[in-house]
Amino acid sequence: MTGRETIPPVVEMTDLRIEAKSNDQWSKIVNGVSLVIRPGEVLGLVGESGAGKSTIGLAALGYLRPGARATGGTVRLLDQDLLAIPEEERRPFRGTRVAYVAQSAQAAFNPVHRVMDQIVMVAVERGGMTRAEAEGRAVDLFRALQLPEPETFGRRFPHQVSGGQLQRAMVAMAMICNPALIVFDEPTTALDVTTQVEVLISIRKVIENFGVAAIYITHDLAVVAQIAHRVAVLRYGQVVEEAPIDRIMDCPQHPYTKSLWAVHEMPVAHAADHGTKGAPLLSLTDVSARYRDFEVLNGIDLTVGQGETVALVGESGSGKSTLGRLIVGLKEPAGGQLLYDGKPLPHRVRRRSAETLKQIQIIYQSADTALNPRQTVRKIIGRPLTLYHRLRGARREARMQELLRLVELDETHAGRLPGQLSGGQKQRVAIARALAAEPRLIVCDEITSALDKVVQAEVLRMLLRLQARLGVSYLFITHDIEVVRAIADRVVVMQHGRIVEQGDKDRIFAPPHEPYTETLLASVPDMAVGWLDRIIAARAA
Amino acid sequence: MDQSLHSRPVDPGRMTRALRLVRSAPLTAKIGMVVMAIYAFVALFAPLLAPYGEVEVVSRVPFEAWGPEHLLGTDQLGRDFLSRLIYGARNSIAIALVTTVISFTIGCLLGVFAALVGGVVDQAISRLVDALMSVPDLIFTLMILSIFGSSVLNLILIIAVLTSTRFFRISRAAALNVASLDFVEAAKARGEGLLWIAVNEVFPNILPLILSELGMRFCFIFLNIAALSFLGVGLQPPTAEWGSMVRDNAALINMGDITPLIPAAAIAFLAIAVNFVVDWLLNRASGLSDEG
Repeated sequence: MTGRETIPPVVEMTDLRIEAKSNDQWSKIVNGVSLVIRPGEVLGLVGESGAGKSTIGLAALGYLRPGARATGGTVRLLDQDLLAIPEEERRPFRGTRVAYVAQSAQAAFNPVHRVMDQIVMVAVERGGMTRAEAEGRAVDLFRALQLPEPETFGRRFPHQVSGGQLQRAMVAMAMICNPALIVFDEPTTALDVTTQVEVLISIRKVIENFGVAAIYITHDLAVVAQIAHRVAVLRYGQVVEEAPIDRIMDCPQHPYTKSLWAVHEMPVAHAADHGTKGAPLLSLTDVSARYRDFEVLNGIDLTVGQGETVALVGESGSGKSTLGRLIVGLKEPAGGQLLYDGKPLPHRVRRRSAETLKQIQIIYQSADTALNPRQTVRKIIGRPLTLYHRLRGARREARMQELLRLVELDETHAGRLPGQLSGGQKQRVAIARALAAEPRLIVCDEITSALDKVVQAEVLRMLLRLQARLGVSYLFITHDIEVVRAIADRVVVMQHGRIVEQGDKDRIFAPPHEPYTETLLASVPDMAVGWLDRIIAARAA
Repeated sequence: MDQSLHSRPVDPGRMTRALRLVRSAPLTAKIGMVVMAIYAFVALFAPLLAPYGEVEVVSRVPFEAWGPEHLLGTDQLGRDFLSRLIYGARNSIAIALVTTVISFTIGCLLGVFAALVGGVVDQAISRLVDALMSVPDLIFTLMILSIFGSSVLNLILIIAVLTSTRFFRISRAAALNVASLDFVEAAKARGEGLLWIAVNEVFPNILPLILSELGMRFCFIFLNIAALSFLGVGLQPPTAEWGSMVRDNAALINMGDITPLIPAAAIAFLAIAVNFVVDWLLNRASGLSDEG
């Protein structure tokens, strides 16, 4: 630690200021940030969305997004001030001395070229390697990143590779010229927990093996605790606190840091509050579903009681969302029986009575696509009021305002379009639309996964309060074990379209587990330094 | 800035917003709008502006040269060229406009319908449209017109049906993108009818795209009618129409007289003006996601 202080830094940002243009006005997005990263060191950048994390990460590459400008400060990369030289002179640095790993590898790889061609391109064109040298190095990296069949892996096309593998391939692409610095921009956010562990282990390994310095951007504190040596907490484009990882995890100093840490301890549903559960509201018996010949659901037995929260967990592709769509009548089951309130539930929306439609509502993961961008909040929430309750005019307006207050918004939001709301506000509008129907069952399809931790905790708390007040049942589809711990009464674990295990939360989370539940639970990072080390050690043993 | 503006409970009225929109348009779009306004004015007030009647024979001399009495001379029958040019604006634009509106309505309704229903219905309509589109427009129109006779009504209907295939394609493609979004699915789950979803959820989201298509198609329809009239199967004499005016007076070109080019220029200017405005609308539509 002390030795590092004397080594010249890889990157040194001094009083960096960046502005971005929105609606014809320049607003400050990075406001006087100074950071130093020394060789072999990993700096974690933590903060909510919009805090300026990615902008700073890109600035380390000497890159500003279109519509952004640097108004002050310096970014020194190995004795070169990147902001002082023109763009054409900066460009040769990228990919060779400094590299970038983006959040979505699927979007970063060109689908029509083979993985290897894309990885070696920069090394051949700028790094001064021959094609054979570059490919040799790529294979070494594949091996270090624990990719399957490293010799032939590069011959595949991006779509022939899983998401986690593609993310690791992008790390290989970043490492190909042996850069001094890599910027990781939320590299595991889009992955399932089980895949995330594999990618984290690989990233850790190459950083250590090759001694590269890195900036690791994330909003997940548990992840940063496994990777970073030091953490800088950002808010409104400023560093509010910077400290070595063990110190900041154990005793955060700044109030904002403390609040970030605090939200990690989620609200907890008190199963006792609900007392005895009502009669089963919805029950599925031996339900199956298929897309053409592909079976997505098989032998599903599931019950949701009145006023109960049932969490449906599993990785992407396990059929969770299909089950949700099936319940609201958007997907027809291939077999099995659906009972709602003791009576058979018609399979398709058009066969269901208005009363049934009203009672089962769905909230989607992404409020961006779930709200019509051309309708005002008033119209979005007002429509179910007119459709189900025949409310119009002043009575509708009054009820709409009541609903807005229920989801902790106010009437000033009524005239806005979804584009003028923040992510959390949009999700609240979507919740208000579902509540407008006065439902008895709400299918929540990953509704908090697009929100950052602070907002996520607020929304979850609100849902619990609403449940206590209105007695509504939730079928909560999620892949986030933390959320499940926070709000579920019962847990249903799904894998490959089948239910692996189900039961009360306490029973599912207490050993012994089914093998798959075990993997799922073990993959959730702890909020403590050294969790990943223990996993790596356990695997080596 | 926008944020604070919209947080006011009362939104600025539609007129104010439209005015602000026009003011923010680039120079080309403004020129386009001015030219279109002039055409509209001439078409509306043709009887007041034209010095003589549309079919009035005012001179015994055909192809009279430009002069104080007949500013642009006379045509092959001795009718005043300027008057016919002014009345021609009325006929050509009105017919093109009616045709465009009809084809727009048929095409967009079917397109959104096909996208929302999907399956066999979508396939059936789409293949029918493909079949219609596979025959070159002009030849198809000529054939139909020679079967049913070239009346104005036939002309409008046949061009409207043929052009609606284009509207169908673009509105179906745009609606398909929107129809897969969660808010359309949410509306279905809510139990909304197909028509309500089409009008309230889908249509507002594809409107910018199909509006710009509307402008472009208007130009093509206009040129189509002019071309048909030039070939002699469009609007029948003595109705003044720019395309037929070019043909009837084409002989003058041999004598170095540019008069027959004036209706051609009138067609060209309108087409350019409409395209300027359409380009601007298209740019705005494609930048929509950035504006949020």
